[in-house]
Amino acid sequence: MSYQGKKNIPKITSDRLLIKGGRIVNDDQSFHADIYMEDGLIKQIGDNLIVPGGVKIIEANGKMVIPGGIDIHTHFQMPYRGTTTVDDFGQGSKAALAGGTTMFVDHVVPEPGSSLLEAFEHWREWAEEKACCDYSLHVDITHWNDSVKQEVESLIKEKGVNSFQVYLAYKDLYQMSNSELYEIFTFLGEQGAIAQVHAENGEIIAQEQARMLEMGITGPEGHVLSRPEELEAEAVFRAITIASQTNCPLYVTRVMSKSAADIISQARKKGNVVFGEPITASLGTDGTHYWSKNWAKAASFVTSPPLSPDPTTPDYLNTLLASGDLNVTGSAHCTFSVAQKAIGKDDFTQIPEGVNGVEERMSLIWDKAVVTGKMDENMFVAVTSTNAAKILNLYPRKGRIAVGSDSDLVIWDPDSVRTVTAKTHHSAAEYNVFEGLELRGAPMLVICQGKIVFEDGNLHATSGTGRFIPCSPFPDFAYKRVKARKQLALLRAVPRGMYDGPVAEFSPMSRGGTPSASARTSPTKTAPVRNLHQSGFSLAGPEEAPIRPGGRRIVVPPGGRSNITSLS
Amino acid sequence: MSGTGYEGRNNVPHITSEQLLIRGGRVINDDQSVYADVSVENGVIKQVGENLTVPEGVRVIEANGRMVIPGGIDVNTCFQKPYLSTVPVDDFFQGTKAAVAGGTTMIIDHVTPQPGDSLLEAFERWQEVADKRVCCDYSLHVDIPQWHNGVKEELELLVQEKGVNSFQVHMAYKDLLQMTDSQLYEAFLALKEMGAVVLVHAENGDLVAQEQSKILGMGITGPEGHPLSRPEELESEAVFRAITLGNRVNCPIYITKVMSKSAADIVTQARRKGSVVFGEPITASLVTDGSHYWSKNWAKAAAYVTSPPLSPDPTTPDYLHSLLACGDLQVVGSAHCAYSTSQKAIGKDNFTLIPEGTNGVEERMGFVWDKAVAMGKMDENQFVAVTSTNAAKIFNLYPRKGRIAVGSDADIVIWDPDKIKTITAKMQQSAVEYNIFEGMECRGGPVLVLSQGRIVYEEGKLHVQPGTGRFIPRKPFPDSIYQRIKIRDKMMGKQGVSRGIYDGPVYDVPATPKYITPAPSAKTSPTSHQPPPIRNLHQSNFSLSGAQIDDNVPRRSGHRIVAPPGGRSNITSLG
Repeated sequence: MSYQGKKNIPKITSDRLLIKGGRIVNDDQSFHADIYMEDGLIKQIGDNLIVPGGVKIIEANGKMVIPGGIDIHTHFQMPYRGTTTVDDFGQGSKAALAGGTTMFVDHVVPEPGSSLLEAFEHWREWAEEKACCDYSLHVDITHWNDSVKQEVESLIKEKGVNSFQVYLAYKDLYQMSNSELYEIFTFLGEQGAIAQVHAENGEIIAQEQARMLEMGITGPEGHVLSRPEELEAEAVFRAITIASQTNCPLYVTRVMSKSAADIISQARKKGNVVFGEPITASLGTDGTHYWSKNWAKAASFVTSPPLSPDPTTPDYLNTLLASGDLNVTGSAHCTFSVAQKAIGKDDFTQIPEGVNGVEERMSLIWDKAVVTGKMDENMFVAVTSTNAAKILNLYPRKGRIAVGSDSDLVIWDPDSVRTVTAKTHHSAAEYNVFEGLELRGAPMLVICQGKIVFEDGNLHATSGTGRFIPCSPFPDFAYKRVKARKQLALLRAVPRGMYDGPVAEFSPMSRGGTPSASARTSPTKTAPVRNLHQSGFSLAGPEEAPIRPGGRRIVVPPGGRSNITSLS
Repeated sequence: MSGTGYEGRNNVPHITSEQLLIRGGRVINDDQSVYADVSVENGVIKQVGENLTVPEGVRVIEANGRMVIPGGIDVNTCFQKPYLSTVPVDDFFQGTKAAVAGGTTMIIDHVTPQPGDSLLEAFERWQEVADKRVCCDYSLHVDIPQWHNGVKEELELLVQEKGVNSFQVHMAYKDLLQMTDSQLYEAFLALKEMGAVVLVHAENGDLVAQEQSKILGMGITGPEGHPLSRPEELESEAVFRAITLGNRVNCPIYITKVMSKSAADIVTQARRKGSVVFGEPITASLVTDGSHYWSKNWAKAAAYVTSPPLSPDPTTPDYLHSLLACGDLQVVGSAHCAYSTSQKAIGKDNFTLIPEGTNGVEERMGFVWDKAVAMGKMDENQFVAVTSTNAAKIFNLYPRKGRIAVGSDADIVIWDPDKIKTITAKMQQSAVEYNIFEGMECRGGPVLVLSQGRIVYEEGKLHVQPGTGRFIPRKPFPDSIYQRIKIRDKMMGKQGVSRGIYDGPVYDVPATPKYITPAPSAKTSPTSHQPPPIRNLHQSNFSLSGAQIDDNVPRRSGHRIVAPPGGRSNITSLG
């Protein structure tokens, strides 16, 4: 097999492969069958397949064959203050493949104020050039106004993006107000997109950060102290409330703590359409390392929301993943070198945020959840691949071993044991947050687009071979329910006669009482500003209003029994 | 503590030498019930015990084994809250009359200054009006309409000199009273340091505003728009956020008007996790529900308009009573704020303009008895706790109020658990034309009420005079709340990790940072005229220079770190 470079490529799509004697594991069932692949697609599944000659045959020897993993959350080659993360699309996707992940979804993070479309094109260009496996893109909405709205619409309709992330944190930078969130969610709900949220209360974080620095805490432990998990839970709760008001499916990226996961569980039990994504780091390690005496080590764990200092968190999150309360796993892989992290050596708020995890994701879940008996192999496929494909509306092209699906698959060895270390990992980072962890379960062979890209520890990946996979809106997984609810949610006014009784005199200028709905409903760039014109000091007449004057008696007799007691 | 120093104001000589004996009653406090006589002199309880003797000529009230309970304390009334220049029809006299008729002998009213007003002036205005009109003892909460540095000084004055220890902040009423999370954080921090009780009106105002315009846009203008635009989720969201903020600054939180099951659940859960939080359901949420907003009778539907709204879920009242009984909710208020139908009609074409408020000061104790004690959910001691004692403890009036004990104020009620009356606007003390409990039967009520040792209500008749009530100042740092807070403050000291100085390579940040982890902005001190954070548009010129260059060769040897990675020096036990 030869891999030409991309620029002058005829892609070799005529690879023919046959996997013999494997046990196919999908999210719904496992069965023994052979798989025949051609042109990057699965052509046949069954016993004793009749295949053309000259086919490369892989003997699976009863090993599991699973759909390739989908890492739904990465930040490869992310620009940060003039530099980029050390894992670019090539390095990152290689690490992904080495871990059994054959597709990733990267976040486009446009600078606030800049064009979403342009940023999207940049990201595609970078990825096109280097990615070694298929990918898709989320776009983060970092500011909100009418032109952004139009860009979002064209991204959904023309560019194949169906998920957008908004931030409840990063005050004065990415953070959205509740009103903006309401508008964005309403819009995304209409357009059939998934609203992703980075859930942390940015206002309180800013206060806490200032307090920590004031107390003289400048090291990485300040990061976790200023971002306690309560703030994550609060923001998750708020995001769910807004999403439920606007009837928009919600996706919480990076579920890092037990309390945030609990909120998601509870909301799902109440019927909210909400998905939670724990990441490799929150499933595999905890926040105790922020107190490490080794600054570089402590800093390498800095990510937001932070890892919880509660050491029981990973187990808890794995359990919720197994029970289906959390649905998908990402890695939030975003690696900075120690020198880059050291930008914040005197001030933890300046430490670039991100941890590794794209390579370890699948093995870690196998080790922590399947080996321990929390989760079966089918659920493992669901949380590492199938559910992500469903949310992205790529199912069954991705996330399933079936005739017609892309031939992205992995022969999984449940018993292989290896120790994670920065010395041997495929990421370019000097640190690995899972350093020293022994993981059971690993890919033996990885097939991506019908080609063997990883075999017995050796990568055969080529930069630039990955394709952008467009995602269409209204994924059934989320929107079937939402659509049905929209039809039910119609509100009706009560038909009443006109009220023709007396009306008390009042001063028209709204000073006290219920604020009328303000005209500020269309998205504007400025955050709500208190109207200072309203606050001129005067309080004429609170003491002199008449008490129940005879002439003010109401005509309609009180106590008329015409109430409707049954409600929808 | 004694009442002897309280001369009458306004030339009303108080009759302070009055003596009374309640004989043969069953004295019920929040901790126990005992048969005892209670003697009262000069407005204070002199003796509690068996077979008390009194001089000739002293009036003896034969209780005949009936319950003798501490007078109720209604911690949430608005007898003077202006709305678009009209004030509620129940003023301090009308309102306290209704309170006394229902067995409540003390109220705490809300001072509601408008944004821009001086809190101090507003407080004094309220006090002046109240002093002339009230017929039972009262105290005042002050609402904080806006947060800025000037407010802080006024708050300190109010706490130190004026006897106010509780302040309300609003998470709703966008562009008017609503505070941002940062402002709430600062307000909580400041109030906690003063030892005050933070009252929170919990609803997400941003979302309410959005929903209101949506509902109005759909052509729904009647009172049903009120609950539709304020679903209970928005209440529980705000409760959750308030508690989170409270935990952050270690500040006790008191949720006024718990109206829904989900909000009550949040309070319950937070208490399970150790948060110092208190919840106050009100008469309306304990007795009736939000189905009436859909009444065909506009005036009736409008009478129920209050915020947060009554939940349309008819199982809510029962649920809240259960939580009161088990102690997850602590205090019952009335949120009595009565506007006449013609005042409500200001919003006849737009539900967002309907003045908010329901009645309930008179019915409060009767209904808690009827719905909780008579149903077997709650015992009589818990009844005393939720209607009186807990309020006295939280607001630092205990044991002067909220207990029948020697030295306490002689605010006493003889309670008849079997008295049945049907609530109707025709018979009520309140001046409002509507009673939202119209037609409901209520078991349990006062037969005799003593306020400051004087009989103010007996056998259905009121003997009250305006101006006889006293302002009761309250000290900060109530023990029942702040004991825990103080200890937690000591425990919560945080320390940085002492490390050697990082001496490895540092990536060179360009002078004009484009992508920044936001540093805590300089905007940490609140200023009244500073608008909320606006995104800095100057930062956002689109340019991506350098990002396309493939210069990031990973693992440049020069960037290798000196300290070896993976050094095992982590600390695994945390404070």
